[in-house]
Formats: sequence, structure tokens, C-alpha cells
Amino acid sequence: MSINATLIGQMITFALLVWFTMKYIWPPLFDSLEERKKKIADGLAAAERGHEEIILAEKKAKSVLKEAKSQSAEIVTLAQKRANEIVEESKENAKKEGERLILAAKAQIEQERQQAKEGLRKEVASLALRAAEQILGAEIDQGKHQDIISKVSNQLG
Amino acid sequence: MASESHASEGATGYIIHHLTPLSAGEGFWTLHLDTLFFSAVLGGLFVWFFKNAAEKATSGVPGLVQNFAEMLIEFVDTQVKDSFHGHSKLIAPLALTIFCWVFLWNFMDMFPVDLLPSIGSLMGIEYLRSVPSTDLNATFAMSISVFFLIIFYSIKIKGPIGFAKELMFQPFGPWLLPFNLLLKLVEEIAKPISLALRLFGNLYAGELIFILIALLPWYIQPVLSFPWAIFHILIITLQAFIFMVLTVVYLSMAHEDH
Repeated sequence: MSINATLIGQMITFALLVWFTMKYIWPPLFDSLEERKKKIADGLAAAERGHEEIILAEKKAKSVLKEAKSQSAEIVTLAQKRANEIVEESKENAKKEGERLILAAKAQIEQERQQAKEGLRKEVASLALRAAEQILGAEIDQGKHQDIISKVSNQLG
Repeated sequence: MASESHASEGATGYIIHHLTPLSAGEGFWTLHLDTLFFSAVLGGLFVWFFKNAAEKATSGVPGLVQNFAEMLIEFVDTQVKDSFHGHSKLIAPLALTIFCWVFLWNFMDMFPVDLLPSIGSLMGIEYLRSVPSTDLNATFAMSISVFFLIIFYSIKIKGPIGFAKELMFQPFGPWLLPFNLLLKLVEEIAKPISLALRLFGNLYAGELIFILIALLPWYIQPVLSFPWAIFHILIITLQAFIFMVLTVVYLSMAHEDH
């Protein structure tokens, strides 16, 4: 139970163990611990950031959706307005076209009537002339009696 | 088993046989071969295990070995950070070494008292004391090393003059110089002595109780040795922890400049 040289041997062993631990054991293990701590902290921060970004993106998406909805509503009203306008316009056009057609038809009718009148007048004149020829028994010189014929035909018109 | 072979020497002979170290040499130059052997083997075990973990250390998902090593590192680091506020590359590894080595020494106490000596006697070794912490040389070797470190750091941090001033002028001022010096010297010297004797006393007593239990009839032994072994698990861990924490505290006191 006495203190002896074992003490020195034990001290040497102790010093060697401490030196070895200090040099080869503590630094790598401790560094890996610190590194993992940092990694975890970074990961947590990234997750937090991601969460915030999701919230932000959701907000953004909502606002974009809202805008799109209002825009589409606007477009629909515009389109309706435009459609109404087109309908009105085409109605107007059709009316105008109809009137134009009516006018044209009227004009043509008038023209045909005039032509028919003219034709009839001429017919009547020639009939009158022939009748007068028959009556007079002589031929009427067209050149000589031009003024009489035209007088008659004017009376007919 | 062994109690029968020593029956002729009686109970006292059995106890003395168990507490006698395997020694070589004469006088001061006696070497306790069993203490040297077991502490070296246990130190090797400690270094091997941690070296293994350190080589595979990764900041990714740790394996089983690394996990355990990191648990211990974290535990020691917390203890060191709690009481030591300076920067030192030595103190944390020192604390880890002390905790693990002392724990392994003490753990030898958990083996049945007759197991290793019986194996030794089969191999022709007459005496074998397997628990290094029941050898004063082992505990004092560690505490004196710590004491040297305390002196070294005191002088390094405070300077030789600062340290001398602290020894002479505190705590009662320059007028009570001799008294101060005496008080401080006792305080400093008490540190290694209390460290070594506390560990030695606890483990020596624990071992002695195991030996006494082993002397009882076999049908009583389990009733006593089972609770004592469980209680001893607490003691061996606690003693390793106390040695470590006190070392850290003493060294942090050496770092503090008054």
C-alpha cells in the first residue's frame, strides 16, 4: 500500500492518454458535432424560409387569381357590349340595305312604268295614225304632219 | 471457489491475498504490475474506441459507435463549459480522458472478485489486484498530474509574480503574509490529496465489501452482492464524474486572475 515507482509509470501512461486524446480524438469528434449542429441549424432556417416563401407565394397566387378574375369579368362585359354594338350595327345596316333595295325597286318600277307608258303612247300614236289613215283614206306624210302627231301623242300622255 | 483454497489462511488471509498487488522490484522502485497492466489495457481500450469513432466521424448521420462517443463528448463538453470560461485546447480532452479512464478503472470492480485472480492463478500469477483505482499509486498519479497542471496554468496565466502575490497576499492582505502563505499552500496541496484519496477510498471500500460478501455462505451472497453491485454502478460513475468535474473546477480556478 505504499507509494512507489508505479506512480511514475501511471503518470506517463496518463500523459500519453491525454496527449493522444487531445491530438487525435477530441478535435475530429468535436468538429463533426459542431458541423452537424451548424447543418441542422441551417436546415431549420431553410425550412423556415421555405415556409415563409410558401405563404408569400400563396398570397401572390391569390392576388394574381383575383386580378385574373376581375380582368376576365371586364373582358366579358366588353365582349357583351361589343356584341350588342355589332347586333345594333347589323340591324342598322340591314335596315339601310332594305331601304336602299326598296328605293332601287321603286326606281326600277318607275322606270318600267315610264317605259311601258312610252311604249303605249307610241302604240296609241301609231294606232291613232293608222286609224286616221283609214279615216282619211290617204296617207299622212309623217314629215308634214309631225306637229299634229306629237300634239296628239302629248294629249295621250 | 478461491475461498476454499485459502481456507487454511482463514478469512484474513483471503482478504489480504485479494488486496495484495502483483509487484516487482524493491523499495521505492517496486512496480505494481497489475495496476500498470490493467490501466494500460483500459487506457488502450478507451483510445481504441474513441479513435475508431474519430476516424469515422461524419457530420451526417452518425453510426452507433460515433453516437456513443459523441454523447460522451457532448456530456464532457457541457460540464467543461459550465465551470470553465476560458479558452483551452487541453481541458476538455483532459476531462474526457479522466472521466473515461477512471470509469473503466472503477468498472473493473464489477467483475466477480475471484474471477480475474483465479484466471491469474491458473496462469501461475500468485497475486492479482484487478481494480487500478484501489491502488493509491494510480489515483495519486492522476491527481498529481492534475496538480502540476494547476501550478503550470497558474504561473502561465497570472505570471510567476502574480501567482506568488496570490499565494502571499490573499485572502487577508499583506499584513498577514505568513498566515496567507500557509493557508494557500494547504489549499493547493489539499487538492491533489483529496482527489486521490476520495477515489481510492471509495473504490477500496467497495472492493473490500465485495470481498467480505464473497466470504459469506453461497446462499447469502446474491442477496447482498446484487444490491451492492447495483449501488456500485452509481458509485463508480459518480467517482469518475467527481474526479473530472473537480479537475475542471481546479483548472478554471487556476485560470482566473483575481
